[in-house]
Amino acid sequence: MERNDPRARTDAYGSRINRSHSNMLANAMPWASIMVASILPVFPIATALPVVPPLGLLMLLGWRLVRPGLLPVWAGLPLGLIDDLFSGQPFGFAMFVWSLIMLAIEVVEMRLPWRAFWQDWFTAGLLIVGYLFAGWLLSGAQPTIHSLVALVPQLVLTILLFPIAARFVAMLDRFRLTRWRAL
Amino acid sequence: MAPTGSRRSGYSRRAQYNLFTGYVIAGIGALIGAILLALSFFQPQLFGGVRGAAQGGLSPATETAATVRTGSKSVWENISGYYRAGSKNAQLKREMEIARIRLREAEAVKQENVRLKGLLDLHEAETKPVAVARLVGSSASSTRRFAYLGAGSDDGVAVGMPVRSPRGVVGRILEAGSSSSRVLLLTDTESVLPVRRAGDEVVAFAEGRGDGLLRIKLINLGINPLEPGDLFVTSGAGGYYRPGIAVAILTETTDDGGLARIVSDPAAADYVSVEQIYEPEAALGAETPIERELTD
Repeated sequence: MERNDPRARTDAYGSRINRSHSNMLANAMPWASIMVASILPVFPIATALPVVPPLGLLMLLGWRLVRPGLLPVWAGLPLGLIDDLFSGQPFGFAMFVWSLIMLAIEVVEMRLPWRAFWQDWFTAGLLIVGYLFAGWLLSGAQPTIHSLVALVPQLVLTILLFPIAARFVAMLDRFRLTRWRAL
Repeated sequence: MAPTGSRRSGYSRRAQYNLFTGYVIAGIGALIGAILLALSFFQPQLFGGVRGAAQGGLSPATETAATVRTGSKSVWENISGYYRAGSKNAQLKREMEIARIRLREAEAVKQENVRLKGLLDLHEAETKPVAVARLVGSSASSTRRFAYLGAGSDDGVAVGMPVRSPRGVVGRILEAGSSSSRVLLLTDTESVLPVRRAGDEVVAFAEGRGDGLLRIKLINLGINPLEPGDLFVTSGAGGYYRPGIAVAILTETTDDGGLARIVSDPAAADYVSVEQIYEPEAALGAETPIERELTD
């Protein structure tokens, strides 16, 4: 059979014979990718406007909406803790808002069990607006109209980036379930 | 996307309890977050230690990225320097000659200044920077404008010290970890800096607006004497910053002052230096609430 078609015994995740997933990778991938995404906005130096999208939140929404059932409902607490260490918002902000976001998606999922991608994008867009607005309101500084206007580029960029984040999550998911381990 | 079925627990007690516990923990998580958030509103420095340690743990990566950032920028400057190099060179030579003359004049003025201060019996020690380091990162996704500095309390950096680049003021140390510290940039909405117009004694406050501009608020209201293009320097009031460091250039006038752009963009600075607090006693006095008496 191999002589006719070398890929006869493989699928998208690699060989189906004598190979298995790596448990550690399969379990740690969503958590690790969200944590790394939380840390990434530290690197660029933005002095005028908040220009970098909240990548940790984007990845959290991506994993939760593209691949439901992987992250538990309470994932917002530990992941928010990591985000709080690096984001510059007052400590506890991401823990609070991310927990609420996970609960909100749970409610949406209960109401609309069958959804298309654009519906997920709409949900994510609403949650991103809410998150950035809450971030402006609860930043620890006096919320001024100018800093609200300064949020708009970041907001548009973040909403437009969600489909890319979703595709990236799907790619990571394939990578996560590749059969690396020889039995 | 089809429903995953993870919510259908069926008759399994264990699955039902797991599901329920998940919701309870998520609710408790939101509650814990809200409590910590309220705590950090009243005590902003409470979690500084944890954050400083996290930043310190990240410093190998951020230091490397900062090195690459400044390195790649100079490569670009080298390339763009070749554009019309000849005419630029001639112009720079002319400017250089004028600048040399002005520098000598400034030295003479400085000399005279020292002599006059000596007559008045004023002593001013030469200020040496506490530390010179790179800005290694910033809170690029948050509404607040913080930068992270690659030097901490191990290098002598302490809370309140001014940070400056060769061009002008960058900000003030807000939290100092052992090997990294957090800088409140001038553009943050919490940043207020006493300034005066270079050349005369028009004093004002420069407040961050949160959108990259500074709002210049004149202290003496009346006819607004400001004009676009005016340079503002630190006035030394408040005790944190040494007087005479460049801060901002006015771009637009308003009723009570104007809008200004910062002179020293931290993103463009290779290295910044942390300086001693100019007058620690005055800074302490400015921070003490009015109800409490200052004792010596």
